[in-house]
Amino acid sequence: MSIKLEHVNYLYSPGTAYERMALKDICLEIQQGEFVGIIGHTGSGKSTLIQHLNGLIRATGGNVYYNGENIYREGYPMRELRSQVGLVFQYPEYQLFEETVLKDVCFGPKNQGLPQEECEKRAREALKLAGLKEKYEQYSPFDLSGGQKRRAAIAGVLAMRPRVLVLDEPTAGLDPKGRDEILDQISYLHREGGLTVILVSHSMEDVARYADRIVVMNGGEILYNGTPKEVFAHYRELEKIGLAAPQVTYIMHDLQEKGMKVRTDVTTVEEAADEIMAALGRGK
Amino acid sequence: MIRDITIGQYYPAKSVLHRLDPRVKLVCTLCYLVSLFLFKSIPGYLVATVFLVAIIRLSKVPFSYIMRGMRPVIMLLMITVVFNLFLTREGDVLVRVWIFTITEGGLRTAVYMAIRLVYLIAGSSLMTFTTTPNGLTDGIESLLHPLNRIRVPVHEVAMMMSIALRFIPILLEETDKIMKAQIARGADLESGNIIQKARSMVPILVPLFVSAFQRANDLAMAMEARCYHGGEGRTKMKPLKYKGRDYAAYFAMAVYTAAVVLIGRSVPLHIWIF
Repeated sequence: MSIKLEHVNYLYSPGTAYERMALKDICLEIQQGEFVGIIGHTGSGKSTLIQHLNGLIRATGGNVYYNGENIYREGYPMRELRSQVGLVFQYPEYQLFEETVLKDVCFGPKNQGLPQEECEKRAREALKLAGLKEKYEQYSPFDLSGGQKRRAAIAGVLAMRPRVLVLDEPTAGLDPKGRDEILDQISYLHREGGLTVILVSHSMEDVARYADRIVVMNGGEILYNGTPKEVFAHYRELEKIGLAAPQVTYIMHDLQEKGMKVRTDVTTVEEAADEIMAALGRGK
Repeated sequence: MIRDITIGQYYPAKSVLHRLDPRVKLVCTLCYLVSLFLFKSIPGYLVATVFLVAIIRLSKVPFSYIMRGMRPVIMLLMITVVFNLFLTREGDVLVRVWIFTITEGGLRTAVYMAIRLVYLIAGSSLMTFTTTPNGLTDGIESLLHPLNRIRVPVHEVAMMMSIALRFIPILLEETDKIMKAQIARGADLESGNIIQKARSMVPILVPLFVSAFQRANDLAMAMEARCYHGGEGRTKMKPLKYKGRDYAAYFAMAVYTAAVVLIGRSVPLHIWIF
């Protein structure tokens, strides 16, 4: 079970004045059960890249394989792919349209051709997974708060029971509490449900905390592809392309410079705290 | 998908035409459109063709780009040609099949009409290709300014126009985004009969309307927060001013119009056809 991109190119608006190479020779493989973070500056091609994963955008060159099958082959069941690879767009709340939250979340399963009862069952389950309380089921989606709308929209994708969940900046515009709750929920789905998660973000902290692997995009190309430790070791280069390592990386480098014997490859606050305590001789 | 519509979309390039004062372009386009109906002879068409080709070359807008903008109006063009072809009864009968008759006059009118329409669309889209929407509304506002005297709210109308124009790409992009989000949720927008297709538009239209109203609201708020209160006493950051090239353009236009009118009048049509 995997998604594989082979030498994918994408030319935006070919033949016009706006022609631009949005993706250049992307080779990437994502295994079932991985949690991959994609980071990059605005316009680096992240969003274009993830839309290739469920066939919304057709590459102008190269191939995409899902479970070893080329999705560009004649007669490939594209709708089936889209229910397997759930894509949550940036600011997904604009996709809400039904009279009630429950009906809206049912939209996906209904398109899969499931009977009404099964749709509702899955919708309720998805709402629970997305962390939206039962009482909101009969609310109009337009009456919800920003964070609740976001959850309802994510539930709308989860209700299709995808094997892979792709999220484009799921926490953009949310307060810190809402952000942590949503990311924890996603991380829970990943751990407990074995869901493959691909998270696009430009918050280094979020990505460092949750992802097993980080892909750094720049100018339509993959710059780095590795574990958070490997990628953030290049923090100077990351700065040059307008990104940064998590703040703790800087603190650890500064501490080391000042003569403290600490490792500099830690990426989360918890790890850093342990490391500093150990260096001070008060480790656990 | 939706963004392929090029008719009237600004084409950024560095050309004399792009730099011209929008008022000049508006007036000249109007002149040009009228001029297309002032002649009835082949030399007239030749002059118009030469003029159009010269202007296109000058604008640095690729020919293929202009042709692509024609695509949406092909249907209209076909209908006009067909109607003119079969309904004009003039001169000798060329073909007669069942109830359809093609006369020499009909053929001539159809061909001329087609050429005129193509030139008309090419000419007017060339104006929008080379003028930014803002420039365009500035130009219109300035040209219509005298109407203020008879209490036409020129500034308000111009402002509404520029806002509407500004929102076209935003709404297109939004539609694209919403369509993709619903397709990702398994929406089927292509298959089915016309009623099913119409119903499948609901998940796109509802969010689109909601966001359009939201945007309108936000924009109104932002304008009021910056003390916008209509046209009274409002000055421009870049006031329109005629420069040398603008007078030159007016002159060129006058020469062209005069040429077309003179040629169109002096040479009767039939001499050139038969």
